[in-house]
Amino acid sequence: MNRRDFLQLLAAAGASGMALPTDIARAEKAADRLYDAPAFGNVSLLHITDCHAQLKPIWFREPSVNLGVGAMKGRAPHVVGKAFLAEFGIAADTPEAHALTCLDFERFAPIYGKVGGFAHLATLVKRIRATRPGALLLDGGDTWQGSGTALWTKGQDMVDAAKLLGIDIMTLHWECTYGQDRVKEVAEGDFAGHIEIVAQNIKTADFGDPVFKPYTMRDVNGVKVAVVGQAFPYTPIANPRWMVADWTFGIQEENMQKTVDDARAEGAKVVIVISHNGMDVDLKMASRVSGIDAILGGHTHDGMPKPTIVSNPGGKTLVTNAGSNGKFLGVLDLDVKDGKVSDFRYRLLPVFANLLTADADMDVLITKVRAPYEAKLAEKLAVSEGLLYRRGNFNGSFDQVIVDALIAEKDAEIAFSPGFRWGTTVLPGEAITMENVLDQTAITYPTTTLTNMTGAQIKEVLEDVCDNLFNADPYYQQGGDMVRVGGMSYVCDPTATIGKRIDDMRLGGEPIEAGKTYKVAGWAPVSEAARDAGGEPIWDLVARHLRSQKTVKPPHLDLPTLRNMDGNPGAL
Amino acid sequence: MTFEPLSRRRLLTRAGALGLLATIGTLVTPRLVLAAWNKAAFESKTLPETYKLMGAEGATESGDVQILASDIAENGAVVPVQAVSKLPDTTQISFLVEKNPNMLAALFDIGPDMVPDVTTRIKMGQTSNVVVLVKAGGKYFTATKEIKVTLGGCGG
Repeated sequence: MNRRDFLQLLAAAGASGMALPTDIARAEKAADRLYDAPAFGNVSLLHITDCHAQLKPIWFREPSVNLGVGAMKGRAPHVVGKAFLAEFGIAADTPEAHALTCLDFERFAPIYGKVGGFAHLATLVKRIRATRPGALLLDGGDTWQGSGTALWTKGQDMVDAAKLLGIDIMTLHWECTYGQDRVKEVAEGDFAGHIEIVAQNIKTADFGDPVFKPYTMRDVNGVKVAVVGQAFPYTPIANPRWMVADWTFGIQEENMQKTVDDARAEGAKVVIVISHNGMDVDLKMASRVSGIDAILGGHTHDGMPKPTIVSNPGGKTLVTNAGSNGKFLGVLDLDVKDGKVSDFRYRLLPVFANLLTADADMDVLITKVRAPYEAKLAEKLAVSEGLLYRRGNFNGSFDQVIVDALIAEKDAEIAFSPGFRWGTTVLPGEAITMENVLDQTAITYPTTTLTNMTGAQIKEVLEDVCDNLFNADPYYQQGGDMVRVGGMSYVCDPTATIGKRIDDMRLGGEPIEAGKTYKVAGWAPVSEAARDAGGEPIWDLVARHLRSQKTVKPPHLDLPTLRNMDGNPGAL
Repeated sequence: MTFEPLSRRRLLTRAGALGLLATIGTLVTPRLVLAAWNKAAFESKTLPETYKLMGAEGATESGDVQILASDIAENGAVVPVQAVSKLPDTTQISFLVEKNPNMLAALFDIGPDMVPDVTTRIKMGQTSNVVVLVKAGGKYFTATKEIKVTLGGCGG
């Protein structure tokens, strides 16, 4: 569909009674309005994060469950659906509402079309940069992982695309899962003179020496701007430690304060942190560290149209989160007067592929890097009758396809799948391609496993992961979603403490016994022993299963029964 | 990235290669050896008993004692922890892990010319409070931090 077709469709949709413009001229106006972002101030920062290697436009459904507990209940980012629209003052049935929420996703996705894509993002970046000379383009990380081509090229496709897009500075998370040597190779090779990697919280494990610069100082229209990097603090825990054996991470709040103080002492008038902490962690950090003007956040994939303003002993700090999968471009404009930030504007621009023509140079690059793999990626494995998505605190429908495949192919009773927040969406009636499966699974430790676990061990796993998600102290959260569970049911009370959240675990209606052993399938083991043992990669297992199915009925989700969550605005 | 730590590392590598570290070791060791080894405290199995054996029963929390450590351990087998005391006349710094079979993990005697700032690595079997116990001016003071030990593998 080209841009004109799309506008005609918009107009037709309007004529059919939806809250859309009823003629092409007005539809075009509505489209331009989305990207009409007048410049403001004298320092602009463009921000992308967590694109997860999605070079082509994709479907992406935002979550219907993003629960906040304790002090986080009902506060950004823990609002979904109508509560989200109310929180941010966004009208229903608008392009913005479609981009930011899951409301009527199946109805609106075909109308507004796919989102993201680096060629379309490149056009938007150029458009915004044209009115903002000197603007910096910052990348919060999770750029080199999430697709088949990124995996097969060890992130090289994304390294090249990031350079062409014009990213100036980035920080890290999944990049590290290609191994510390690969990260250093890119930092010192491809990126030299183009993109700087910053991370105040990555140190050598032996002497605690910095691995990357903690911050970099740039001159933006005569204003000294320091950009501090905060890599994902729990990389060696959430991902295999052996991949970053010589590096240590952590939040390192004291060192963050010192880094900010150092940057100010060096003359920075603006201090920006690009963070892969996750939004709850960023909000806490912003309340305790002084001297940061804005934390441009990622990791938790929360598309927040407005920043949260956090008070701390040194003043106020803006905290943003710019979504995922190349779906958004964050634009922060600062007015710096008399050596400090006096005012700001923030926009989270959705990247509607049909409204932004593909940038020719980027399109050529994407076509070239995909060419050797197109045939493999395009294989149609089965047709999905239902909507397949991942994002949400508990099982998504694509996760259910994965755990169902694991149970069937491994002859298991129960299956676990990691609570990753990346992974694209498939619309009802579409074919599930190999590319779709790789979008959900493309990691460097993909082996599938079959383990005998006691009921007590199963509970321990669920409790452990649930605490990573719902610990009342954000610094103890790791930013993933709950482990996806197939075959069994359970009750979950997010407001309880570790050891008391999971209850009434059942298999086929029968209580799971603490001392009894169950066959549990899974994938993405993080231990070195699992790496050495090897095993079939998850994408091959899921593909084999789907080929045998031909069509996939809308999956029945193995969702837990939630306790103490009635009325929580983090659920529909 | 910066030059200073690289040269320090090189110096230490060379020092090690030449056997210099061993020499330095012999200079430091006598004082450590001379300090009385509180065997009973290291072997005790409850926190109150450990405190009692150390003579630290009246220990109070102090803002002048700092514990620096990651909120979640990257590896429970080697958890880096740092303790800093700003109290005058600090003579001893200990680390205690509430949920370890033996709570007392490390004890440092601080001489009058030493900076009361120590770092060590402790082993933790499970999520636990870690207590830094400082003896200063003959009295005991504490700072506590919970360090989480998790199974890992599910973030992102």
